[in-house]
Amino acid sequence: MYDIIKHRRWYYIFSTFVIVPGLLIMLYSMITIGTPFRLAIDFTGGSLWELRFQEPIPPGEMVSFFQSQGIRDVNVHTIGDEYTLVIRTKPLDPAEKQQLLEAMAQAFGHEPEELQFRAVGPTVGKEVTRTAFIAVFMASLVILGFIIWAFRQVDHPVRYGVAAIIAMVHDVLVASAFFSLMGFIAGWEVDALFLTALLTVIGFSVQDTIVVFDRIRENSRRRKGEPFDIIANRSLLETMQRSIATQINAMFVMIALLLFGGVTIRQFIATMFIGMLSGTYSSIFIATPLLVSWHNREGIFGWFGGRKKTKIKKVSA
Amino acid sequence: MQSRNNIVLLIIILLVGLATAIALPIDHPDWFKNIVAPHQKGDPNALTLRLGLDLRGGTQIQLMPDLPAGQSATEDDLERARAIIERRVNGLGVSESLVQTGRDRIIVALPGVEDPDAAIETLRSTGQLEFVDLGDNPEGLGAGDQINTSLGPAPNPRTETVYETIMTGDKLKNVDVRRDPNTQQPYIAFELTKEGSEIFGEYSGNNIGKFLAIVMDKTILSAPVIRAKITDSGIIEGDFTVEEAQNLAIQMKYGALPVPLKVIDVRTVGPSLGEDSIRRSLLAGTIGVIVVLLFMLAYYRLPGFIADLALLSFVAFNIALYKIIPVVLTLPGIAGFLLTTGTAVDANILIFERMREELRAGRSLPSAVEAGFSRAWTSILDSNLSTILTGLILLYFGSNFGASVVQGFAVTLIIGVLVSMFTAVFATRTFMRFMIQYFAEPLKRKLSWFSV
Repeated sequence: MYDIIKHRRWYYIFSTFVIVPGLLIMLYSMITIGTPFRLAIDFTGGSLWELRFQEPIPPGEMVSFFQSQGIRDVNVHTIGDEYTLVIRTKPLDPAEKQQLLEAMAQAFGHEPEELQFRAVGPTVGKEVTRTAFIAVFMASLVILGFIIWAFRQVDHPVRYGVAAIIAMVHDVLVASAFFSLMGFIAGWEVDALFLTALLTVIGFSVQDTIVVFDRIRENSRRRKGEPFDIIANRSLLETMQRSIATQINAMFVMIALLLFGGVTIRQFIATMFIGMLSGTYSSIFIATPLLVSWHNREGIFGWFGGRKKTKIKKVSA
Repeated sequence: MQSRNNIVLLIIILLVGLATAIALPIDHPDWFKNIVAPHQKGDPNALTLRLGLDLRGGTQIQLMPDLPAGQSATEDDLERARAIIERRVNGLGVSESLVQTGRDRIIVALPGVEDPDAAIETLRSTGQLEFVDLGDNPEGLGAGDQINTSLGPAPNPRTETVYETIMTGDKLKNVDVRRDPNTQQPYIAFELTKEGSEIFGEYSGNNIGKFLAIVMDKTILSAPVIRAKITDSGIIEGDFTVEEAQNLAIQMKYGALPVPLKVIDVRTVGPSLGEDSIRRSLLAGTIGVIVVLLFMLAYYRLPGFIADLALLSFVAFNIALYKIIPVVLTLPGIAGFLLTTGTAVDANILIFERMREELRAGRSLPSAVEAGFSRAWTSILDSNLSTILTGLILLYFGSNFGASVVQGFAVTLIIGVLVSMFTAVFATRTFMRFMIQYFAEPLKRKLSWFSV
């Protein structure tokens, strides 16, 4: 039987090497722009205007156009092709928009087609950010409570809950780090959809972890005499086929969405994709090894009570 | 036991047939609509797939009470404001427009609107009517002048003075234009609500001979002199033409927002982008599902084939439910649906992996099938419950957020997970039992069909 659990230190080290650089990127972003991510107008307030022109317009030209109209704070990039521009600026009211469109018609020879427009007032953003934090916190709390309840008949149900939450935080950090990095590379901005993606990652991460834990629960009942690390390892191997098959299926759907699903949801899907990969990884290589580490009181887990030392000796003998 | 399974299978087949009939993109006969979706009776769009603004193009506007710090609007204020906005929106003649209240805001959806900017202007011009105390009117203010009132400043006030608002237009019960029988001069007659009578009676009784301004959006419409104490009804006389009097009456009647509103969020999606999104997500969805179908068939063979049938009925059930409930489909909503197809397939994978294990451990086919379902069930239930819990939090979060984006995702996620437990577990098990019951002997010799 292949021993996955034995190499657990390496998994911890590997995850640290993924997450720490991610945290550093977010820290750097904190220092340079004040927030760990680039925030979309959902949070900051402002307008986002997507326009399609009949001929390619370089973003720089559009920036100078806006400046000539007295609007300094403007950010322009192309999306999809060079005919389509996304303009981000202060909240515009309909009269200002009309004026700008007329001026554009003069400056660029024709009036563009409006693909999308969105304006958010500045006061809404703060409220949204707060609600977002509460939502993620609430989700974690509810899931923790649910797992403790679902595993109430096993020894130490709290450990299962905490291990699942650590794995979940792991996945949220990986997805966030990815997004923060893409913020620097491609200017990705955190919007309401990103939060949806994160919450979905949380849901599926826990779903994956529960499937493995469920098998541990069953095996501990059936194989009472076996040491815990053997039970854990057996459970991992037994659920491995399922983990792989499910992950492959999810990937099919995600890749189809990424390739054919349109630009609007690409960031959303990509974040979810990374988060779900991390979710499957963490259910196997983080959540379950953590249970074993805790059982054997390795590292910081040694701090959580030393009452059952004797039992461990008996197990390893 | 066996005959019961057959009856259950028959019911499932009938349900799948019904779901497929509902899901088909055809114009269903009226009797069918009335039976399947009685709560949508009379709705011309009954049993059609409703698409969100991001898919069909249109504008969504969020309005919030614009009050000075420390003041807040009551639920009642918001509801009355919603009703007034709805009348305005109906006046625009946009079909299938929708005006709802969120927690602290009004959300207006205008699908397929030709000129979103003009529509926003119309909504914003939905003015706030105030009755303002001008005292002796030392500054000689009259119709057309803008003034600051105690409810808020004017954009371009004629003077810096802030005048006291006595009451807002929502205390008006009725407004009419009448003519003086002797002079034929038109005047405006108004009736006040009970609350309005109390406020206005006290004020007008104490201020006879003083000036009262009727102000719409900080602009004075008329500044008559108070002649007598006005309680439940009164008149406004002035140098009006009939048309002017009628205009004033209409503004008093319909422009009477209980609280001033500001636009906090506007989202416009052009029709071409919407069409593009539908086309692309349909393509992505179809390709994704076909690949999953092929994978399951190749990987699990006979059970895979059954899982494929279950997945197809999963799709039919979901679309049917979207039409019956009805659910407004958005892009994230489609993403949520596609993700739950993953959940549905995962449930089958869990069961089949378990079945395979039991077969390899030497169990007989019927008992391996039963063990596969019963053992996998706890994992499926636990993991689905956690997904549903997350979905519910998203739903709550989405409704507080005013972001239909998040809500649309949560709704299809929850529906999908629930349906998946029916199709992937219950229906698949019934079908497997049926197979075992009638084809146990030939299947025993073909264990390779179970990819063992």
